Amino acid sequence: MKRFFNDIMAVIVGDAQADRMVPPTGFTARLTLFASAAMAFLAVFAIALSLASGRLAHRWGQELAQSSTLRISAPVEQMAAQTAAALRVLETTPGIAKAEAMSDEEQQALLAPWFGPDLPVEDLPIPQLITIEETAEGYDSAGLRLRLQAEVPGAILDDHTRWRKPLQQAASRLRLLGFLSVVLIALVTAAMITLAAQAALAANAKIIAVLRLVGAQDSYIAKAFVRRFTFRAFSGAAAGAFVGFLAVLLLPAAQEQGGFLTGLGFQGLSALWLLLIPLLAAIVGYFATGTAARRTLKELR
Amino acid sequence: MIELNNVAYSYGGGELLSEIDLSIQPGDFYFLTGPSGAGKTTFLKLCYGELTPTAGHASLFGQDIRTMTRDDHAMTRRRIGVVHQDCHFLDHLPLADNVALPLTVSDRNDLEQVANLKELLTWVGLKERAKALPPELSGGERQRAALARAVIMSPDIVLADEPTGNVDWEMSQRLLQLLIELNKMGKTVMIATHDMNLIRAAKSKVQARVLRIANRRVQLAGADL
Repeated sequence: MKRFFNDIMAVIVGDAQADRMVPPTGFTARLTLFASAAMAFLAVFAIALSLASGRLAHRWGQELAQSSTLRISAPVEQMAAQTAAALRVLETTPGIAKAEAMSDEEQQALLAPWFGPDLPVEDLPIPQLITIEETAEGYDSAGLRLRLQAEVPGAILDDHTRWRKPLQQAASRLRLLGFLSVVLIALVTAAMITLAAQAALAANAKIIAVLRLVGAQDSYIAKAFVRRFTFRAFSGAAAGAFVGFLAVLLLPAAQEQGGFLTGLGFQGLSALWLLLIPLLAAIVGYFATGTAARRTLKELR
Repeated sequence: MIELNNVAYSYGGGELLSEIDLSIQPGDFYFLTGPSGAGKTTFLKLCYGELTPTAGHASLFGQDIRTMTRDDHAMTRRRIGVVHQDCHFLDHLPLADNVALPLTVSDRNDLEQVANLKELLTWVGLKERAKALPPELSGGERQRAALARAVIMSPDIVLADEPTGNVDWEMSQRLLQLLIELNKMGKTVMIATHDMNLIRAAKSKVQARVLRIANRRVQLAGADL
């Protein structure tokens, strides 16, 4: 662990001498910077997608847990009879865990935000609501509708959860895809940095041979490359992530009551995830270059 | 220090060197001679472990060359100073940095060593050229710089491959003198050369043995030189 820490410090502090031994190659430097910046830019959107679909899945999940409702609109004198009839139907329907008629107070509380507390709700012909909680298996909504139609003509079944379920599944798939994209982006970044590092090592084969001849150990030679590429991956990714973040900020905001689509933007502290991008890129660069350098050096004597 | 037992070396096709038996001791002074293409450079590479014998047994400082790791080789090269035929400099670094390269790569680049470097450059007469880049140097300057780099780690052995290859007689005398001084300080020296005059000039100043490569064998030449 201590050695690992020392390695990290060596990468950060650097060895000016080792840096001078190997002149930087402009081509591979630009390639690495560009590749990690572009990948970080893409990673911003992958992360934004993951976070947004995560929020979406959460929201839909919450609504799914809510009960569906039965609304009974009937003349005041028939209300009680129809409600009782509806409850009887619901109680005998398989797949329904609980059905309960809402009390007047509960209904009043529901309406208060729209009409104010002073409205004489009792005097209005408001429909009776029955909350339904389904069991895990769910109930046959088409069959229930038919039975209700026959016995309680004024009842309207609203089982919104039925179509929210697949949407919620889609949202969590979307989240998985976003996560997968981040992993793929990291792998592609590793591949590109490996190629760039190998190109740099090959371009400097003569210098490396001289260093070996005068007694340099592989770790010393690798250090010069690893440090350089780690730094490039980090700074490229930082720039790319920043530009990506700006691009997300410039997206039009989602409407408050915007239905299913929550904004793609970052909410609250979730933007802190972006700080991980350059860090991840640096880690990827560190290990990719280290592996490439060790492999290339082994082929030289 | 360097032990070769029945060593042979062959490139893809034929055998270049075979049946080499040699034991190099501290303080020895060797010349290695033979026609060009006979395998002088190959022999030196066997001595500092850049090449592994295709047959036989070689050991450097008591370590079997076949069991040495890459880091072992790096460590051995810090104890064997090599003056390469084509010098092997880093062209983007000034001469002083090139000479100090072995110190730099072994993380011994401290103040004391910097003072040593100045002294060393004066010794090989390159103090004024410290800031020059290798391509700007003359053949003789390059050879002297290569020698300075070979000895900066104060190695136990100095191997020189044609160190007087492209310098005039006067300069080759100066280089020889530097190598003889090193030998008097207790270093083992081996010089590969095809210049018989150089060998004769050395004979009067130092107890030198001459190895001759002929018919793929390395033999100790008689006193007839």
